[in-house]
Amino acid sequence: MEIFGIPSQALFGQLLIGLINGSFYALLSLGLAVIFGLLNIINFSHGAQYMLGAFVAYLSLNKLGINYWVSLILTPLLVGATGVLIEKTMLKRLYKLDHLYGLLLTFGLALIIQGVFRHEFGSSGMPYPSPEVFQGVFNLGFMFLPKYRAWVIVVSLVVCLSTWFVIERTKLGAYLRAATENPSLVQAFGINVPRMVTLTYGFGVALAALAGVMAAPIYQVSPLMGADIIIVVFAVVVVGGMGSIMGAIVTGFGLGLIEGLTKVFYPEASNTVIFVIMTIVLLLKPAGLFGTQK
Amino acid sequence: MKRNLISLAVAAACAFAGSAQAQISDGIVKIGVLNDMSGLYSDITGQGSVVAARMAVEDYIRASKSTLKVEIVGADHQNKPDVGSNVARQWYDTEKVDMIADVPTSSVGLAIAKISADKGKLHVNSGSATADLSGKACNANTIHWAYDTWMLANGTGKAIVKSGGDTWFFLTADYAFGHALERDTEAVVLKNGGKVVGKVRTPFPTQDFSSFLLQAQASKAKIIGLANAGGDTTNSIKQAFEFGITKGGQNLAGLLVFLPDVHSLSLEKAQGLMLTETFYWDLNEQTRAFTKRFAAANGGKYPSMVHAGVYSSVIHYLKAVDAAKTDDGTKVAAKMKELPTDDALFGKGTVRADGRKIHPAYLFEVKKPSESKGPYDYYKLVSTIPANEAFRPLSESECPLVKK
Repeated sequence: MEIFGIPSQALFGQLLIGLINGSFYALLSLGLAVIFGLLNIINFSHGAQYMLGAFVAYLSLNKLGINYWVSLILTPLLVGATGVLIEKTMLKRLYKLDHLYGLLLTFGLALIIQGVFRHEFGSSGMPYPSPEVFQGVFNLGFMFLPKYRAWVIVVSLVVCLSTWFVIERTKLGAYLRAATENPSLVQAFGINVPRMVTLTYGFGVALAALAGVMAAPIYQVSPLMGADIIIVVFAVVVVGGMGSIMGAIVTGFGLGLIEGLTKVFYPEASNTVIFVIMTIVLLLKPAGLFGTQK
Repeated sequence: MKRNLISLAVAAACAFAGSAQAQISDGIVKIGVLNDMSGLYSDITGQGSVVAARMAVEDYIRASKSTLKVEIVGADHQNKPDVGSNVARQWYDTEKVDMIADVPTSSVGLAIAKISADKGKLHVNSGSATADLSGKACNANTIHWAYDTWMLANGTGKAIVKSGGDTWFFLTADYAFGHALERDTEAVVLKNGGKVVGKVRTPFPTQDFSSFLLQAQASKAKIIGLANAGGDTTNSIKQAFEFGITKGGQNLAGLLVFLPDVHSLSLEKAQGLMLTETFYWDLNEQTRAFTKRFAAANGGKYPSMVHAGVYSSVIHYLKAVDAAKTDDGTKVAAKMKELPTDDALFGKGTVRADGRKIHPAYLFEVKKPSESKGPYDYYKLVSTIPANEAFRPLSESECPLVKK
């Protein structure tokens, strides 16, 4: 059977791959959405923090012998802690200023982090083996699905949905959302708002680092990996609606699928299709698909 | 009368001094190393090329006792033709650069070649692959040094077709370089009785090749030809392993693979790859000695074929400047073609009328992890392609400079 001249089996394979790439877009844009939604900071160093996650995993494996599973927990904590430090020492001072200042600060940080790593490790990237259990492939009949990539989809879905659940459906999430609407009132109820904001930024950064660890066995661990993906991820967040958690998740997976299909039908456009969609969405719905105009 | 004589002598002396000065513009030979200092080609070219150029200047001046004053500057073209062109114009127009070296990324290389010809300066390219630089886009002010797509196709491509890999699917980086490499390899495949069953143009650069690899897999071609370079090549090889493509009986052909790429892939993934280069650090005593010095100045990283090309081309350039007694781009280019080349890394060679530098090429196979003695001990020599067969013969050249 063929669909538009492409065998349907090949098409299923491509859709699945789109979904895998979408998992990364969703994980990364989720962190961005959380940070923007609750702190009003456009975190441009998100890509660098994703790269940092991959590098911490690489270095802890090669220098300290810490395996993938431990890294999966430890790396987000470590990189998240650097996020806390950045929030405490720098970002905190910018909340009262225009968005632009936060953007400039985080952009500058990203350039510095990337520059340091490029100087130290070069641009070619380093190999990171996938964990033993996930070496090999599932034979799905229509394609070979590497076991590791299946794992990526599962983790991404679980993390995305639980984050959404915590923020939208629990008491902690309610505090967070209330604190963004009216911090002084929430503070008056005896809740430590500055600490909550700090931890939220740390959490967003930890999500980026988690995506970095997940990406290490698939891509080369390279100082450029964050810069390559961050622009796409920003487009995802804009299409989904800045600050909308569900928007980031759905758009992440959705745009991954669309990009996957473009790679089959018109490969030359596959790195621009997301921006074309972004332009159309902004023209029709300036606040994004799931965003609300304030 | 006496007064007239003196003034005449003074005038003559001034004229003489003036002309001696005018030969070398502003008294300094200034070489600009223009390449990718921050992106996916920065390990293959980058700061390493600046190191190589500096070493060349030191070595040349020491060996020849030349009195030339030479200055090296470097800049990042970010793999963008517009950025590269702006730097080149600024260098030539206001910063008195006499020659631009390196310039990887064929689209940028072609742009710099054109600007150098327009301004009567000189471009000696070691970084770009497209054979058009000495083919239909050749000019009197451009010399193409280390390697090119025709050479790669005739090295790796031919060897693979001859060993039975006769059906091909191309993964092609979607810009001047990828197109040229695909075109030249396809010609070799067809000429040797093979067939091309499909191709896909991938955006440059690409992180995730899995979708394109699945298309290659579905084509059932015996060989998946990677007409890409740097990070694109390492990512596609890594992901081909992940998707079990090589286990299914298909083989990869890395049409342009550099030593730093193999280093970053690890031998486990790169073993068995056939590749063609014109330089490898472990070829002979001289290349090993060069590599030792180079690595010490380059943070322990070994030289790529491009770094070696920059070194060798700067030496020959300075030799030609001394011989021509000028740094005028057009005159030095003519002198470079006239003089035979000879250096520690590429041995004896020539620069042809079309601007193509001629030297032997080597077909290598990447070692198994068990065969390697340590980092950078990666290649074993399969065969040497002699200088007169390694590059496109003049009789097939589309270059207008070649008289037929």
